[in-house]
Amino acid sequence: MIVQVLFYVLSAILLAAALGVIVARNPVYSALALVLAFFSSAALWLLIEAEFLAIVLVLVYVGAVMVLFLFVVMMLDINVEEIKRGFIRYAWLGWITAFLVIAQMSAVFAVRGFGIDTAIGVAPQPADHSNTRELGEVLYTTYVYPFELAAMVLLVAIIAAISLTMRRRPGLKPQDVAKQVAVRREDRVRLIKGVGAKPDSAQGEGP
Amino acid sequence: MITLQHMLTLSAVLFSLSIAGIFLNRKNVILLLMCIELMLLAVNFSFVSFSRFLGDLDGQVFVFFVLTVAAAESAIGLAILVVLFRERRSINVEDLDTMKG
Repeated sequence: MIVQVLFYVLSAILLAAALGVIVARNPVYSALALVLAFFSSAALWLLIEAEFLAIVLVLVYVGAVMVLFLFVVMMLDINVEEIKRGFIRYAWLGWITAFLVIAQMSAVFAVRGFGIDTAIGVAPQPADHSNTRELGEVLYTTYVYPFELAAMVLLVAIIAAISLTMRRRPGLKPQDVAKQVAVRREDRVRLIKGVGAKPDSAQGEGP
Repeated sequence: MITLQHMLTLSAVLFSLSIAGIFLNRKNVILLLMCIELMLLAVNFSFVSFSRFLGDLDGQVFVFFVLTVAAAESAIGLAILVVLFRERRSINVEDLDTMKG
């Protein structure tokens, strides 16, 4: 009973946050509403006992991706008013498309059904059941190659993001360590006769 | 008790809200990226609930991969956005007409 109440409360928060994302006038508010949406989805995933993914959603999405979004939104100086022009003109098209998508999905599912009884609920797992352990056992045996491919995807994303945003500004004076190390004495030091030295004692070049 | 039906309905409503968001905010690239994130979240909802209610763990593994790819996608997307803003001083989609004939 309490699970059901929690489900409805959390889904109401989730849908309200999603609505906030798409109608907010300021992109910063959109990003913050998206953070709320991710938090409530993580809570909903905890409710159906997908604990590992719920934690990953909070850590990866709220902790990394949304912080990146907020950085970019706040770094770019966006003219909000100009962007919001024409907001109303196509709003009806958006809502009609949304309802059409819902109708299509429910129609397909109602006709075919795919042999799935959607009214099923599952019994809660026993207290010593570990979702993380279960997932890890599958991930590192059956799915080990896709797992490594996912790591490669992340590596490529790192390299791509850095090389895209790196720029060489003119006028900077960076150190070139290789040049600094390769410099020789003859390039930099030149000994000259002392100006005020006595002519007989000044032997010129040092040892 | 929560049933599969509850979760699938929630996922469908979330997905269609994000489609409406793409129509509403079609000028702002940042909001388009955020709506794509919401769509991926809705799809992940379906994966997780099918996996849980049909007792097959592979769905949750797939959500893991979707999260990885989505993180990579948003990192590259935001990098492109920063470069774009540096060049154009604008993220309005209508200003990006260099390749128009």
